[in-house]
Amino acid sequence: MGTYRNKGNKATKEGFGEGILEAARRNKNVVGIGADITHSVNLSLFAAAFPERYISLGIAEQNCMGAAAGLALSGKIPVFPTYAVFSAMRTTDFVRISVCYNNLHVVIGGGHAGISVGPDGATHQALEDVAIMRVMPNMTVLSPCDSTQARKAAIAAVEQIEGPVYIRFGRAPAPNFTPASLEFIPGKAQIMKEGSDISIIATGVLVWEALQAAKILRKEGINARVINLHTIKPLDKETILDAARETGRIITVEEHQKMGGMGSAVAEFLAASHPVPIHFIGVDDRFGESGQPGELMKKYRLNASAISREARYLLSPDQEPPEL
Amino acid sequence: MDTEKLSETSRDIRIDIIRSLSKAGSGHLGGSLGMADVFTILYFHVLNHRPEEPDWPERDRMVLSAGHIAPVLYATLAHAGYFPKAELMTLRQLGSRLQGHPGRDHRLPGLELSAGSLGQGFPVAVGMALAGKMDKRPWKVYCVAGDGELQEGSMWEAAMAGGFHKLDNLTLIIDRNGVQIEGHTEDVMDLEPLTDKWTAFGWHVINCDGHNHTDLIHAFDEVDTIKGRPSVIIATTKMGKGVRSIEDNYRWHGKPPSKEETEDFITQIKES
Ligand SMILES: [Mg+2]
Repeated sequence: MGTYRNKGNKATKEGFGEGILEAARRNKNVVGIGADITHSVNLSLFAAAFPERYISLGIAEQNCMGAAAGLALSGKIPVFPTYAVFSAMRTTDFVRISVCYNNLHVVIGGGHAGISVGPDGATHQALEDVAIMRVMPNMTVLSPCDSTQARKAAIAAVEQIEGPVYIRFGRAPAPNFTPASLEFIPGKAQIMKEGSDISIIATGVLVWEALQAAKILRKEGINARVINLHTIKPLDKETILDAARETGRIITVEEHQKMGGMGSAVAEFLAASHPVPIHFIGVDDRFGESGQPGELMKKYRLNASAISREARYLLSPDQEPPEL
Repeated sequence: MDTEKLSETSRDIRIDIIRSLSKAGSGHLGGSLGMADVFTILYFHVLNHRPEEPDWPERDRMVLSAGHIAPVLYATLAHAGYFPKAELMTLRQLGSRLQGHPGRDHRLPGLELSAGSLGQGFPVAVGMALAGKMDKRPWKVYCVAGDGELQEGSMWEAAMAGGFHKLDNLTLIIDRNGVQIEGHTEDVMDLEPLTDKWTAFGWHVINCDGHNHTDLIHAFDEVDTIKGRPSVIIATTKMGKGVRSIEDNYRWHGKPPSKEETEDFITQIKES
């Protein structure tokens, strides 16, 4: 793979909305459920195009999730996006029983994910959703890296995945850099940059930061592999195992609590198959706060310089650890 | 089915509930017995269904939201011909299709939904009714919930949605036995005035005697005449109905009968 160019910042929620619209054009069974923030999670594109297939259920997420299960049981492909704090946490028991235990094809959207939500503050910054969603039997968890990929992931969620699926996406405009030609295969991680010294496994908008970190490291003679783990469940074991075997050191990068997130998934797998040193970049058992997305990403060490510092430290453990 | 046959059927369903729970050694006897009449009327009079073709797309859907009274659903499904009655004796055992709370992953014919965490089956039923409306299908959705279950906030989210979307293809049947695990509903968390609450949410409310078959049939007939809004049947029942020695006793919410009690209870059912 070559270098990537930011085609212009665009929030992953934009791609999600576009993908759902396109999937809905192709399949009349796609229905959308709105919980009063349809515009904010970009389901409004679908709602405007297919008002007869859009159902407003108000600020009642538990009922939305239950109704989604009922629609799926009746031949529909329901898409229910809301903020990830609600779709993963307000409704957790409904996700577990009504959707996952019944093993229904419900497309759950988790918007406003991560700390880059910004000024809304901790209540609306989902940093626990991946941990919750990935422990649910039958659930697929997608975390696209940019808007272009979010569009493809949304289409795949409707057209390729059979059971429950959770797609995580963000609010803040972020680099949109993957080429339109880059195929999205659920469950198949993408090696965005080859490398042999260390592997940086990133997910969501931090894949871009991981690529920037690899650039910084390259100048220092460190050749980092960058993997886009856009599907957190099921895990692409083959790609992760290859990375562990071939580079011997791994850094995981996510806009999520370190506990229970993508890094934990990688560690659970490697601990049992091919243990190598792993460092985790994520939020360290704390809540977020208000601020501009960029300020927060810097403060919480979720950017290229934090990733490159962590890589240097992992490669030379005798160095001072990066400042917390 | 004539009224005599319906009475016989609900009696046999009660006996099978007692036997299956006795064999299982655990489970919810009181509520299951209390709903035997409602389930008999649903499956032998109201529902348009095909036990020989459980997934018939045009069937009416019956969703059990109060999953803990699964024994009455299982016994009724078996009596309706969905699966052999002998299978009722596998209730709650390893490998059984008759899970403690309904689980579709075990592929029991006639089972519409895995449920048992209270407050979920009703929202799912709302989703089914929305789908039926969207596709202009004639099939209807029935949902059975417990009265204690109405303390779950999600029930009122679903109630609001049913009224707002004018789901006249949806009927909720509330098992109004007045009790829940810890005692009487008015002592744990009062539900009244129930009729006013449902009316305020845009529902057509029918109160009826949940053990009187004629009354129940009239209630379901009335539902069919209501257009433009969903209906709720508040069926007054007695937990443990049919076994006089345990009727209305909330301590029988989650208990199976012992060996000695089993025969005694069956005798009481036969004499009632
Ligand atoms: Mg009760």
